[in-house]
Amino acid sequence: MKQWIAFWNIFSKDIRTYYLKPPNLSWGIIFPLAWTLMFFIRSGGDVDLFALLPGVMTMSILFGTTSLLSVTITFEKKGRSFERLLLAPISLEYLMLAKTSGAIMFGAINAFVPLIIAAFIVDLGAVSWALLICGVVLTSVVSTFLGLFIAVAVSEVFEAQTFSNFFRFPMVFLCGLFFPIERLPVFLRPLSYVLPLTYGGDILQGAVNQSALMPSALSLAALVVFCAGLFLLSVRTIRVKWIC
Amino acid sequence: MNSENTAAIEALDVAKHFGQVEAVKGVSFCVNAGEIFGFLGPNGAGKTTTINMLTGLARPDHGRISYFGRDYTANLKKAQHLMGVVPDESNLYPEMSGLDNLSFCASLYGMGKKERETRSRELLASFGLTDASKRAFGGYSRGMKRRLTIAAGIIHHPKILFLDEPTTGVDVASARRIRELIAGLKSSGTTVFLTTHYIEEAQRLCDRIAFIVDGRIVRMDAVAELLRQTHGKHVVELTTSGSLTQMREEVLRGFSNVEFEFPADNILRSITEQALALAPLIRFLEERGIAVTEARAVKPSLEDVFIRVTGIEVDRMKKEKEKKGPQ
Ligand SMILES: Nc1ncnc2c1ncn2[C@@H]1O[C@H](COP(=O)(O)OP(=O)(O)OP(=O)(O)O)[C@@H](O)[C@H]1O
Ligand SMILES: [Mg+2]
Repeated sequence: MKQWIAFWNIFSKDIRTYYLKPPNLSWGIIFPLAWTLMFFIRSGGDVDLFALLPGVMTMSILFGTTSLLSVTITFEKKGRSFERLLLAPISLEYLMLAKTSGAIMFGAINAFVPLIIAAFIVDLGAVSWALLICGVVLTSVVSTFLGLFIAVAVSEVFEAQTFSNFFRFPMVFLCGLFFPIERLPVFLRPLSYVLPLTYGGDILQGAVNQSALMPSALSLAALVVFCAGLFLLSVRTIRVKWIC
Repeated sequence: MNSENTAAIEALDVAKHFGQVEAVKGVSFCVNAGEIFGFLGPNGAGKTTTINMLTGLARPDHGRISYFGRDYTANLKKAQHLMGVVPDESNLYPEMSGLDNLSFCASLYGMGKKERETRSRELLASFGLTDASKRAFGGYSRGMKRRLTIAAGIIHHPKILFLDEPTTGVDVASARRIRELIAGLKSSGTTVFLTTHYIEEAQRLCDRIAFIVDGRIVRMDAVAELLRQTHGKHVVELTTSGSLTQMREEVLRGFSNVEFEFPADNILRSITEQALALAPLIRFLEERGIAVTEARAVKPSLEDVFIRVTGIEVDRMKKEKEKKGPQ
C-alpha cells in the first residue's frame, strides 16, 4: 500500500485545520515576540541579544509544539475521529509520526521567528548554522513528543493543557535558558539534567554564542535518546489505554 | 473447507469485560462471504463491543478472530485493509466539507488523488449528497451525516463492511434509502456485518441473524429458517367494536381447540395449526353483542421469534433506543 499518501494527507489535513488557524499561529509568533520585548524593555534597551536568543528560540519551540498536541490528539480522540485513524491500515508508529510531523515543522518554523527579527538588529555572522539547525530540529522533535506523551496520557483537552503547563513552566526555569544551571541551588541541578530542553537549549547556546556547557555531540545524543524514549512510551500508552 | 466457501469472518469464543461488566461472554459465529449477517439485540447487549473487537479497536480477553480463513487475532492491523467500518456515531471531521472528508478517508487507504476525487464524487452522487458536497459536515442533518458516514466506510471498496445501527435516529425516508444502499452493497459482493435493534430491518435485509442478549448469542440461524418455525401456524387477528376483556374466559372455553392471544382490549388473535373457519367465532361474538369490524391474516414475523427466544418485549427495546438516540 502507498503509505506515504496516508502520511501526507494526515499531515496536510492537520496543517489546514489546526496549524493555520489564528489562535495557534499566535502561540508561535506573538508569544516569543512578547518575551523578547519583555526582556528588551526590562534591560532598558541595553540587552545582550545573543545571550537571549537561544532561550527565546527554545521557548518558541516548546510552546508552539506542546500546545498543538492537545488539539490534534486529545481533541480528536474525544470527538472520536481518531478512531478512523486507528482503523486505517497503517501501523500505529507511522500514524503517530504523521500526526506529530506537522507540530515538529511548526515548532522549527517558530524558532526562526526570533532569529529573523534578531538578524535585523545584530550581525549573525558568528552563528554555526549546521549545529543551529540540528539543534532546532531535534528540540522541536523532543518537545513535540513530550506534548504527545502528555496528550495520550489524559482524556480531556483541558487536562492536556494543564499538564503541559505543569511541565513547561518549571522546565523553562530549570533548563538553564534564563538562569544558568550553575546558579541553581545544588539540589535542583540533577533535575536540570533529566530535562530534554537543557540539552536543546545548550546546543543553541553553542551554535549562537559558542558557550555550551556540554559537548554538542553529547547533547545531540541525549536529545535523540529522549525523542526515542518519549515516542515509544507514547505509542505504548495508546496501545494499552486506547485499544483496550 | 475449500477456499470458495471460506467464511469471510470467523469469531471463536470471543469475550471482553470492562471492570465488573462482562460485555461479551464468549461469542462464536461465522459470516459467509457475500451475505448480510445481522447482529440483533437490545441496548448494552454487546453489539458495539463485538464490532470493536473484530475491527481492532478493542482487545478481546480471549478468543480467535479470522478473516477469509486466516487468523488475525494477534495482529488485526493486518486485516484492516479488508474492512470498512461505519460506527454508531458519526466520527467524520465536522469542520471539513463532505467531499474533503471522503477524500481524506480514501487517502488513509493509500488511494491516489485522482482516484479519490472520482470515487468521492461518485459516492456523493449515489448517496444523494452532491449538492451538499462543499458544505461542512458539522452542518449536515442527521440523515445526511449517516449517509456520508456510510459512504466513508465503503470509499476504499472494502470486502467486509461493519455497520453499527445504520438507521437509528434517521427519518423513514432516509432509513429506506440506507437500506437500499445496503442491499445494493450485497449485490456488489460486499459482506456486511450489521447490528440493529429494528427487527423488521433485520428481517428485510439479512440472510442470517444472531440474537445477542447480555453478551451471549442466544440463537443464530438463517432468516428463512427462523421464520419457517412460525410458518406452520395460521394466525388471524380480529378487531372488534367493543371490549373483549369480560369475555376472555368464555371465548377460551367456547373454542378450547384454538389458542388465543389478546394483544389489546378489542383485538383477538387466534393461532391454529389448520386454517380456522371464522364464521362460528364471529357468530359467537355477535351473539354476545360484539361486532367484528376487521379480520386479517397475520404473516409470521421475526419479531415473534425474537420475543420467544429472548423474552424481550420489542416495544421496550425500541423505546429505550429512541430515548437514547444516536449522534
Ligand atoms: N469502554 C467501556 N467501559 C466500560 N464499560 C463498557 C465500555 N464499553 C461498553 N461497556 C459496557 O459493555 C456492555 C455492552 O456495551 P455495548 O456498547 O457493546 O452494547 P450495544 O449492544 O452496542 O448497546 P447499544 O444498543 O446501546 O449500542 C454495556 O453494559 C456497556 O455499559
Ligand atoms: Mg452499540
